[in-house]
Amino acid sequence: MTELEAGRAERLPVRNGAVLQRYRDVLIALIAFAVLASLPMFTGSKALLDFVIRCSAYGLFATSLNLLVGYTGLISFGHGMFFGLGAYGYGLIMQRLGVPIPVAFVATLAITAVVATVIGAICVRLKEIYFAFVTLAFQMLIHSTILSWASFTGGDQGLRGGIPRPVFLGIDLANHVHLYVASCALLILGLLAMRQIAQSPFGYTLRMIRDNAARASFLGIDVWRAKLTVFVLAALFASMGGMVMALFVSGAYPEFAYWTISGEGIFINMLGGVSTFLGPMVGTVLLLLLNDTVTRFTEYHGIVLGVVILFFALGLRKGLLDFVADWFAHRRGAGEGR
Amino acid sequence: MDLDALAGCLSSSACLVTQTTSGLIIGMLLFLVAVGLTLIFGVLKIVNFSHGAFYMFGAYFAMTAYQFTGSFALAMLAGAAGTGILGLVFERVFMSRVYGADVLMQLLVCYAFVLIFDDVVRLIWGPEFKSMGMPAAFQVMPLFVAGGVVPPYYLLLIGVALVAAIVLGIGLSRSRIGKVIRAAAHNPGMVSALGINTGLIYGGVFALGGMLAGLAGALAAPVRSLTPGMGFSVLIESFIVTVIGGMGSILGALIGALLLGLIRSFGSQGFPLFTEGLMYLFMVIVLVSKPTGLFGKEAA
Repeated sequence: MTELEAGRAERLPVRNGAVLQRYRDVLIALIAFAVLASLPMFTGSKALLDFVIRCSAYGLFATSLNLLVGYTGLISFGHGMFFGLGAYGYGLIMQRLGVPIPVAFVATLAITAVVATVIGAICVRLKEIYFAFVTLAFQMLIHSTILSWASFTGGDQGLRGGIPRPVFLGIDLANHVHLYVASCALLILGLLAMRQIAQSPFGYTLRMIRDNAARASFLGIDVWRAKLTVFVLAALFASMGGMVMALFVSGAYPEFAYWTISGEGIFINMLGGVSTFLGPMVGTVLLLLLNDTVTRFTEYHGIVLGVVILFFALGLRKGLLDFVADWFAHRRGAGEGR
Repeated sequence: MDLDALAGCLSSSACLVTQTTSGLIIGMLLFLVAVGLTLIFGVLKIVNFSHGAFYMFGAYFAMTAYQFTGSFALAMLAGAAGTGILGLVFERVFMSRVYGADVLMQLLVCYAFVLIFDDVVRLIWGPEFKSMGMPAAFQVMPLFVAGGVVPPYYLLLIGVALVAAIVLGIGLSRSRIGKVIRAAAHNPGMVSALGINTGLIYGGVFALGGMLAGLAGALAAPVRSLTPGMGFSVLIESFIVTVIGGMGSILGALIGALLLGLIRSFGSQGFPLFTEGLMYLFMVIVLVSKPTGLFGKEAA
């Protein structure tokens, strides 16, 4: 694809190009963080800050799903299990062990890594639609486990009674602004890390596997291992999203591990577009905005949402950012022609 | 976990009969939904994510027809015919536009209609639980077989589903239309070149699939409660059935549905809270050991 060619041209003649791009990404991330973090100074609107926190949680989740769907061509229907795992893992560790927040954070990531390695090792052997089904089955297996293991997970009531938020190094996450800034920081850090993965040689290996797995295999790439690696990496970021969600609502509910979360993730990706890195982020903002406004105006938001989806699927036939990117490319192409 | 209850049930003939019939009921209803799903996948190569909506519409159509006419047979007919027409329109107007497109686009269109259909039902029939009620003809004493209770309606339900399975199986393998359908599944370009309208076949298969799901919904209406979104759990379960049985295989759908029905009814004895988990566990095991399902052919 064009992206692949661009990446190759960039890496071979001028190695500085990649470094330069990394600096540019870091710069953009810093500016984005500065803008987001200074938001509370200009507005006292709690609703707006809440909105950004929810965008952080879903954005991390959706972008990590794009690592699988868009970059590797692995259509996972069960990615939400790691969102749920993150929320439950973090909530349980905080409630039961009372450790500092960063410790619980890292421990949850470690648990996610182990679970994702086991599940991924089984799943990534399967191709296409079967991969989608087996991930869905695992998702529902985890959901059923959460429901039936009531003494540990609270069953269908979820983890209630609040998750403690002890102060750590002066950061008090019970304070709304602190929580907001911490969520933004996690979002930006997560996005930056995923961007590095996507632009690394490993990221280009993934694109090659997506486009032609047999060829990648002939070139000596261990396809199974590469797929498993990205499966685990994506799970880690999804788990991060789940933790942000658990921090925000101060609890964890079975819906976080239900398959609809995975469905929403796929939907967000389609809405924003899978061929650009920030597509899922755009999709997240779109979906949450849509959800919030539509539910305010009508109780039949399914119809409205459905029609919007149909517009994207049958009208645009691609995600919004894909559409914009294509449009720009087209215009630039026309300009050079003249 | 309650293994004693399971062992107790397995050793008592009354419980065995009751659980087996309830398993068969679940299985047969699932089969009717799943066989449509598997047909549509086999011929159109589309995973019809909105299939549960046809089951739901079948139930609601049947309920309304029953309220107006009081005739059970007409209710069944309304359920099946109504969803058949709906399936035809849905395929011709919307699904046919995304055949060449990405799998995700197809899923998205279906997902949109899941949302829309659920709200349409809420709009027309209201959000609350509805029930059709058992027709008077079946309000008779249940049969007792070896101490177990078997309501006569269950026998009718199993009978109808079995007839549908046999007609489908023979129709597809023996009749001319069946052969054309199988040919279209194999090589649509060639079939079209031979002067057969493949668009019509696609529409027909989708309508048939919708009709079977609608029939399942209509049959389920007297014994289940009706609510918007009722198609969803059925959809997920029939997905499991088609995956276990093998996508595109009718025999696989039958066996898969019966297995799943029995797992559900006996699982509810041994693992009351983990019944659903058992089904997914079973699906994982089948997928890992034989990704194409028990009766699926290797992907061509």
